[in-house]
Amino acid sequence: MTDLAIPAALLVLADGRFPAGGHAHSGGVEAAVRAGRVGDADSLRAFCAGRLHTTGLTSAALAAAAAAGTDPTALDEAAEARTPSPALRAASRRLGRQLLRAARAAWPHPALERLADALPGGAHQPVAFGVVAAAAGLGPAEAATAVAYESVSGPVTACVRLLGLDPFQATAVLSGLTDPIGAVAHEAAATAALGDVDLLPTLGAPLLEISAEHHAAWPVRLFAS
Amino acid sequence: MSGVSRLSAVARIRAAADGRGSTALRELTGDGPLALRRSRHPDDDGAAHVVLVGAMAAPLGGDRLRVEAVVEPGARLLVTSAAATVSLPGRVPAPAHYELDLSVGADAELVWRPEPVIAAAGSVLRLWTRVRLAPGARLHLREEQVLGRHDEPPGRLTSRLTVRQGERLVLDQSTDVGAGAPSGWDGPAVLGCRRALGQLLTTTRPLSVPAPTTGLAVDTAVDAAAFPLGDGLTLLTAVATDAAGVRAALSPRGGPDGRAAPPPG
Repeated sequence: MTDLAIPAALLVLADGRFPAGGHAHSGGVEAAVRAGRVGDADSLRAFCAGRLHTTGLTSAALAAAAAAGTDPTALDEAAEARTPSPALRAASRRLGRQLLRAARAAWPHPALERLADALPGGAHQPVAFGVVAAAAGLGPAEAATAVAYESVSGPVTACVRLLGLDPFQATAVLSGLTDPIGAVAHEAAATAALGDVDLLPTLGAPLLEISAEHHAAWPVRLFAS
Repeated sequence: MSGVSRLSAVARIRAAADGRGSTALRELTGDGPLALRRSRHPDDDGAAHVVLVGAMAAPLGGDRLRVEAVVEPGARLLVTSAAATVSLPGRVPAPAHYELDLSVGADAELVWRPEPVIAAAGSVLRLWTRVRLAPGARLHLREEQVLGRHDEPPGRLTSRLTVRQGERLVLDQSTDVGAGAPSGWDGPAVLGCRRALGQLLTTTRPLSVPAPTTGLAVDTAVDAAAFPLGDGLTLLTAVATDAAGVRAALSPRGGPDGRAAPPPG
């Protein structure tokens, strides 16, 4: 084991092709595109920065705490309290269920069975992610990095389809966010290390929550959320 | 120097049922800039009404203000404010802290409906509202926040709302917006170009919840949605260009219920 190596399990888990259902979700950018708030690489960058520093940080800290061994049911209650939108709650639990299903095949571990038993309706996605990361041998900082990255990679990928955005430009949006992703993951892991659920970040994004409710009522949409 | 400009104040309100269908104020203690005035409830003789009166400029950077309100079982309390709370930069480059600690007993009612909090240019304010509701408690809590006074740049405003029903945590959420907040706060995921936001947390189902739009390709002046929470709570969240837009979005037609209808003006 070397300190410098990035564990390959992290690459598998953070890969957009990992079959956890994330590709069906736009992270709220579909609603923002339809409202005319996101229409090019610049507005996408601003959208991603806002998502990363709010729900991205909150989710990354929940994942880091779960990976550090904090009681997942307490973290799930904390995730629920940090997610007032029923549409976003449902999407998060659905993604948590799908992640756990894929992970039970990829990294069989008693902790995954315990999580499935404790929360039969599905754990919130960041909580499930942290438990899965630990089962895959990853640590809290790695779980936080992957979740912070996911908070922006989803919307960027979705915009290639929604806006016909040049994939090179889309990737440049992501590469431009790598330092903030690292900073958010660092903060998330540091707060998770305090071991107190009430001290985990609580930041939310009003427009993401409001538009998620409206989006869920659309008769026709490309993405589930 | 810092000892001169930093201020710490705690105000306390305790309302109790007087056993004759009315509410008595067992404690009403102002402190420093937090002055409390007893008033007559506009339309409920059995409820107590307290007005928060800003006695001097506050909060300033470095200040620590706290209001504790307890509504005992069966009591009814309305709290309003005489004017908006304007957060201003202090002589010390530190954030001001303003905490509300609200506790509502069984079959008691709290209507907390102050004027907006305005984060003036250069100010940094951290608000934290903690609410504890006993079974059967009724609540109508309105919070409105505006970034910057008229035609000035925004101050920084961090606001957290934590709500427990019994021991159960049902809401714990915050926003961090304005000058100096992490990148993206004024982007399309958080506030857009808006400068006002508000929340209404109520045990009364709002009469007019904003209908979900089917996605017009225009950016509207006000965005709002209602979220059901916990046992019988509804959270209404609104983002608007100004304070009037937020107030309109959080004021369901006809008032939240017959008794607690907002007073005119």
